[in-house]
Amino acid sequence: MLTQYGFILILSAFAFIVPASAVVMGWLLGPKRPDAIKTSTYESGVETIGDTWVQFRAQYYLIGLIFLIFDVEVIFLFPIALAYSQLSLFAVISAITFVLILLLGLLLEWRKGALEWN
Amino acid sequence: MEQWSESLFNLLGGLGLPQEVSTIIALAVGALVLASVAPVLALVLIWITRKVISRMQDRIGPNRIGPFGLLQTVADALKLLSKEDIRPANADFLSYALAPILSVFGVILTVAVVAIAPGWIGADLNIGVLYLVALGSIGIMAALMAGWSSNNKYALLAGFRVVAQLLSYEIPMVLAMLGPVLWVGSMRLGLITEAQSLNIFGFNLGLGWFVILMPGMALIYLISALAESEQTPFDLLEAESELIAGFHIEYSGMKFAMFFLAQFLNTFFLGAIGVMLFFGGWQGPFVDQLPILGVFYFLIKAFAFYVLVMWIKGTFPRVRVDQMMSFAWKVLVPLVLSLILWQMLAMKLFGPVWLQYVAVLAGNVIAIGIVVNVLTSHFKQEQVRTKRAFGPKSLIGTMQPYAGD
Repeated sequence: MLTQYGFILILSAFAFIVPASAVVMGWLLGPKRPDAIKTSTYESGVETIGDTWVQFRAQYYLIGLIFLIFDVEVIFLFPIALAYSQLSLFAVISAITFVLILLLGLLLEWRKGALEWN
Repeated sequence: MEQWSESLFNLLGGLGLPQEVSTIIALAVGALVLASVAPVLALVLIWITRKVISRMQDRIGPNRIGPFGLLQTVADALKLLSKEDIRPANADFLSYALAPILSVFGVILTVAVVAIAPGWIGADLNIGVLYLVALGSIGIMAALMAGWSSNNKYALLAGFRVVAQLLSYEIPMVLAMLGPVLWVGSMRLGLITEAQSLNIFGFNLGLGWFVILMPGMALIYLISALAESEQTPFDLLEAESELIAGFHIEYSGMKFAMFFLAQFLNTFFLGAIGVMLFFGGWQGPFVDQLPILGVFYFLIKAFAFYVLVMWIKGTFPRVRVDQMMSFAWKVLVPLVLSLILWQMLAMKLFGPVWLQYVAVLAGNVIAIGIVVNVLTSHFKQEQVRTKRAFGPKSLIGTMQPYAGD
């Protein structure tokens, strides 16, 4: 058990080193001649106007919130799935009710237009 | 202790090293092998991509450098190494430099739970499937970091779009992974693979793949894996033929190459995970008698999967962003939730296993049938609507939006 997570730890060190060394090697081997135009913001040759951090659609927040709800649901569903063969009838009914409530919530979001993207 | 490192462990123990030291060395060697397999694999994957796509477009593809052009990708990598590493003046340096590294980091860590053959698995974690889900979000974070830190409006907007797409398709993907987990009762990928055997008179035919039991779940997984790896029907974020680039517009040289490395590897490993969950992993005829066959079965399935993705890349048109989002939330999520609900019910309602099997299979087939029917009639209506809206020339400009029948 501990060996497995130790393996993941060692692998994560290597997984970081492999791309990092590639990037560092590219930086070492490539030419370094920066100038003002080269390092300016790339917009196909047009000069950029205004601030970079522009306003963006509120829709992204909605998607993020809906995702959060379902991700939490997934976290609850995985333990239920693991112990499913030992669950009592009461636990099964509550698990099914849980999924049903979320399905109804999805229908409500659909009805309210939270899923429209236009 | 896994099988592959055991012999090395014994060898080191025989040299008189203390047990802890030899454990760490054995683990480190295994990790180094897995981590260095990934870049080599990427070279092969890029070669396959170029060959398959060029064959579809009636070209030959790379054929000059090395046998069959196999070394073309090496030459490209060397060229990228010699390119200048341009850093935008206003970029946030730390997250700008970290983003390409993180995107590869998340993908390489996936290798740890890939079961290549019986006993050949980096670490058979008891939370294997959840571990994969957690790694998926590292890639999302890397994309958002790259978009935000580049100090470019278009990179930022593309970063938001990547997050919206990946978040939307992560839900059906993870819920589809729940199907095999619910059936087997374990999140270990090694155990899920083992559970897909088919014993007839004590002989393991190795064909009890979960795609036969739950074709609907497998289909949902495949579609969402395509979207998660940003492959063709869903590659509108970096549509190479239409845009300059997506969130990595300000990247050059080796950093740019890292994003592509991550994308190719991600496509392959999502396919490999799909193979383990639904297509039996290393299972196949005679695998119990000759375990080494499992490596071949696994690799053949995983590469077949990759070629399938490339086939889709060569033939499918792109979807629009609103079509993509509504397909995830209005089709895939309700479908996968109802499939899970039915599987939960079926596993408790019916006593014998064969009856559960038939019930789950019937539920999957019926659900796919219903969804295909609904979608077909929807698209037929859509076609009629667009034809009417753009039909008679005299009405252009005076047409009101068509309200429906």
